[in-house]
Amino acid sequence: MATSTYPPERAAPHPAPAPIVRTSEPPRFHLVGRIRELARTREILGNLVRKEVKVKYKSSVLGVAWSMLNPILYLAVFTLVFSVVLPASVPQFPVYLLSGLLAWNLFATSLSLASRSIVDNANLVTKVYFPREILPLASEGSALVDFALQGVVLAVFMAALRYSFVGANLLLLPLAMFALLVFTAALAFWVSALNVRYRDTQHLLGLALLAWFWLTPVVYPGGLVYRKLALGHHPWLFKLFLLNPMTDIVFGFQRALYAHVQPHGAAQAVLIPVSVGWLALVLGAVSVGSLVLLWLAWRTFFHLSGDFAEEL
Amino acid sequence: MAAAISIEGIGKRFRLYHERPDSLKERVIHFRVKAEELWALKHVSVDVAEGETLGLIGPNGSGKTTLLKIVAGILRPTEGRVTTRGRIAALLALAAGFHPELTGRENVYLNASILGLARREIDRRFDDIVAFAELEEFVDNQVKFYSSGMYVRLGFAVAVHVDPAILLVDEVLAVGDIAFQAKCLERIRAFQQEGRTIVFVTHAPDLVLRVCDRVVLLAHGAIVDEGEPRQVVRDFRRLMSRQSVAYGWDEGTKEIEIVSAEIFGPDGSGSEIFAPGDELVIQMDLKASTAVEDPIISFALHDENNTFVFGTNSGWRIGPIAFTEGKYRAQFVLRSLPFVEGRYYVTLGVHSRDSKRVYHLQEQRYAFDVIKGEENPGVLFIPVECKVERL
Repeated sequence: MATSTYPPERAAPHPAPAPIVRTSEPPRFHLVGRIRELARTREILGNLVRKEVKVKYKSSVLGVAWSMLNPILYLAVFTLVFSVVLPASVPQFPVYLLSGLLAWNLFATSLSLASRSIVDNANLVTKVYFPREILPLASEGSALVDFALQGVVLAVFMAALRYSFVGANLLLLPLAMFALLVFTAALAFWVSALNVRYRDTQHLLGLALLAWFWLTPVVYPGGLVYRKLALGHHPWLFKLFLLNPMTDIVFGFQRALYAHVQPHGAAQAVLIPVSVGWLALVLGAVSVGSLVLLWLAWRTFFHLSGDFAEEL
Repeated sequence: MAAAISIEGIGKRFRLYHERPDSLKERVIHFRVKAEELWALKHVSVDVAEGETLGLIGPNGSGKTTLLKIVAGILRPTEGRVTTRGRIAALLALAAGFHPELTGRENVYLNASILGLARREIDRRFDDIVAFAELEEFVDNQVKFYSSGMYVRLGFAVAVHVDPAILLVDEVLAVGDIAFQAKCLERIRAFQQEGRTIVFVTHAPDLVLRVCDRVVLLAHGAIVDEGEPRQVVRDFRRLMSRQSVAYGWDEGTKEIEIVSAEIFGPDGSGSEIFAPGDELVIQMDLKASTAVEDPIISFALHDENNTFVFGTNSGWRIGPIAFTEGKYRAQFVLRSLPFVEGRYYVTLGVHSRDSKRVYHLQEQRYAFDVIKGEENPGVLFIPVECKVERL
């Protein structure tokens, strides 16, 4: 048999200025290690957010306007329902609705995008290495872009209604935003990993979000719930109501942006009649709880993510 | 020199579910799920030196693709660790991560950034990538309008232009048209000459012999053999033929028994790999337990499609023979193998002249491979003498 002498000779090894040394992910979850890995690959996160946004608006005539249309449509429907059919007497209703809806939409959009994020990007997950956390985080990132656009809608309404909000209340906004982002990220990790194995997660999530939306005082005034539950026969029911982190977060947003607990023209309190300090305390507790939840969800996500490529 | 890839004690466990619920609803109904553990890889350690081309071969399910995916970082090892030095590009399937709604340009940027390139670096290479893929006119069209050929060309172009120090290739040369395969192979050779590290997973032994410096043979998730390509490929063949033994029948009255049989190469040593035109010897050691009048010793060759390609017997070649009780040795010398490529199965038999009485038949118990070199294209081998003279 003829012996092949290919390849005859080799050049000197490929000169690499500073080789990127990478060690395979350890089987155990290390939070600091993961954060460092995410920091190293942050450029991918930015690109994936850009991709999500681009894909979303690619084949639509209205493009970015869709994001703004969503709160406007909600506003039209709920204004019709609450000022004509079931008058609830919330003055400056657009500002009230939008301040809570903004937070809710960030939450709900992130979760529904995140639930599909791993499965929809199967061709990436099965072919290239990158920290898998980037996918649910990119979902949250693209929901943040929507959030900013919807914020513009709110700003327009505030300007048009010559709405003035109290300065000190605004301090609640960063705290509420922090709690919202962390809580959303925790659930995003969880639903995205779960949906890889159980594909009906995304459908169940849709139902869960619908129920959750109506359990959260976005459309109806929180002050009303306070009067009916806290001052009624079942004060424990109100405590239960407050256990919903989204309620606390939405309260924070409303207090920061709608600002007036009982504005002029309102017969009764629209927001719950508590102090800003109390709300800040609750939001702080929600933030801490969310951080713990994030750690737990991240750990679960990490353990499941080692086999994503095999499950898809 | 530091190893480009060092694989230390890798183990990978998969869970196999008997009836795995694939919806939350079922999961809730059948709360307890039985899972069986399967170790796809166990205690695998290999170092790949910088500039080396390592081949990974093994039967289906031996864990070679799993190992490649672990090196690529796509799967996480259950035990052990892999350290890689330098950027990795994996050609696991060519069109990695293209999103149909985005344009070719947007996909190139996305893909290259995931492979670890900064935006400026992609800017610099963008024109080369598009030129290599021959997609200048279509780069701003959405990828969903691309033909599959365009898709594959773009994927390959991105992977080879990210300047990887380590290239992982899995069976990709088996897909795509011939022109594309040639382009891939050419590129792989260029990479070798530039001193890059390559890990190559394949089923095609001739490719391993042509491209790799060193070969690792995996079976049942463990390294069975490792070393010089020709020797490891031979062991791989042996492993494969041992596995296919079960398909061969073994029957007969055993008045004459085939005690052992062997296939020789031209140098007289046992071999299973031949080149076109090689001499091949089939040798059988027989034992007659009684006297047998006029036995016929025969062999037949079948190809991988079970087509009968050739056969002959002692009756036609040397005329009648007679055995008394005792041991005999029979040889068929095939002077020049006319095959250029493929695996051939050997059936051996000893029977009466009218074939009504079968003393011993070993159907397709043995096999050999013929591997062509570049100098023997076509479907059959013709011994050729070439002369060029000045007149």
